[in-house]
Amino acid sequence: MEYRFTVPLKKDDIIQLRAGDIVYLSGKVFTARDEAHARIIEMAKNEQKLPFDLAGAVIYHCGPLIKEGDSGWEVVAAGPTTSARMSRMTPEILAIHGIHAFVGKGGMENVTEAMQNKAVYLAFTGGCAALAAIGIESVVSVHWLDLGMPEAVWELELKDFGPLVVGIDAHGNDMFLDVRNKAMLAYSMIE
Amino acid sequence: MVDSRSTRAGVRGFESLLPHHIQVIFLSDIIHFNDVVSAVVDILENAETELPYDVIYALERAKVNEISHVAKEQLGAILKNIDIAGKKKIPICQDTGILIFFIQIGRRVTIDFNLEEAIMEGVRIATRSIPLRPNAVDPLMRQNSKDNTGEGIPDIKYEFTDGSKIKITVAPKGAGSENMSAIKMFNPTEKERIHNFVLETVLNAGGKPCPPIIVGVGIGGSFDKAARLAKAALLEDTQDMSKEELRLLEDINSLGIGPMGLGGRTTALSVHIKSSYCHTASLPVAVNIQCWANRHASVILGGDA
Repeated sequence: MEYRFTVPLKKDDIIQLRAGDIVYLSGKVFTARDEAHARIIEMAKNEQKLPFDLAGAVIYHCGPLIKEGDSGWEVVAAGPTTSARMSRMTPEILAIHGIHAFVGKGGMENVTEAMQNKAVYLAFTGGCAALAAIGIESVVSVHWLDLGMPEAVWELELKDFGPLVVGIDAHGNDMFLDVRNKAMLAYSMIE
Repeated sequence: MVDSRSTRAGVRGFESLLPHHIQVIFLSDIIHFNDVVSAVVDILENAETELPYDVIYALERAKVNEISHVAKEQLGAILKNIDIAGKKKIPICQDTGILIFFIQIGRRVTIDFNLEEAIMEGVRIATRSIPLRPNAVDPLMRQNSKDNTGEGIPDIKYEFTDGSKIKITVAPKGAGSENMSAIKMFNPTEKERIHNFVLETVLNAGGKPCPPIIVGVGIGGSFDKAARLAKAALLEDTQDMSKEELRLLEDINSLGIGPMGLGGRTTALSVHIKSSYCHTASLPVAVNIQCWANRHASVILGGDA
């Protein structure tokens, strides 16, 4: 099935999705990688309020290449980064904030339980930064630029961003895990 | 296969045999600081925005060979992305990598300036002009230098050759695939374990290094030399593989990890092995993983032969 959604996402939107479905996204997303995840958790521990709202939000695992032009920030290239690096911190963030989707590449580990009835993982083709840039209309704002360009939180306005493959759905299905299990079986069969 | 960009200041013939990602710049006499700076900017732009033809060919063939819809779609997105990047002259991937330079210096070349500084200057200029993402950070403080230079970065490897030319090759290396690489010090009697070590490295990497990948294997040398051999192997033509390399490729692709780890026939596009003599008591093996965006470009600077 193919779906088109606008952020903020509703719970109903993501509950209907099944692993293998295709999704196109419009609206605002926040980029967040390793350092931003660590800071989100740190601020929650210190009971500090975030400078952005993650209710119904989409987190994009992306360290964009941004240029400061005459009319402000411009996205040059903005493909997904390896999501697995954020696996460890994701259940904790999901427990604090009502995030409904993560966009990245390569899949995540041990997150299906935390995503159950709550969130989905959407895979964008890794390395396709030029293709991704076409689906990004503008940079709305930037937070935590002190972390450096790749690690800062960029608020991006999307328009029909995709195709995204539902890699992990909200019902415990994980395409990457299935492929990995099959690969392990295939490996055991060699010689 | 030379396009109009590839040669400047004279045509001498042999460059028509070179692939499009190698430029040739003839200089009348000696090589200057600024020649190197502008050549570095040129090859960086070439490497970051266009893939070598052999890699594109391998991706196109992979798309034809896939039967799964998801795998075909991933490869279709990759090819579309390559097309957009080339036409718009923007980086193929936002991870424009850390920059690795391979320099071949002809024995008859005279360099009376700081070659390393010229390369660094080229990197700084290209970071602003292309632009490149500033990726270089202090390893522990994680402070970003903002211009892709820093202590030990870019990584520059020197080698001496015959003649009176300098060949500069740049290979931007993204972290997603680099992080999935592995090195192991085997016992000298364990050579039959090398094949499985390569397979296990690819298996553990799964979809994380942006498959279809290119696999560089370094066998022998020392702890660090094995890694350097593996990295240099990534520069080999994807269409040129030995029987042993093809056997490894076949086994890797039988894992079914597929494009982006979503399943399929193409987990790797090619495998390349480089080896060197090593200590009688050791057998180092390094596996360097490269994403599908196997970016590299070269320039040859200098006079006659």
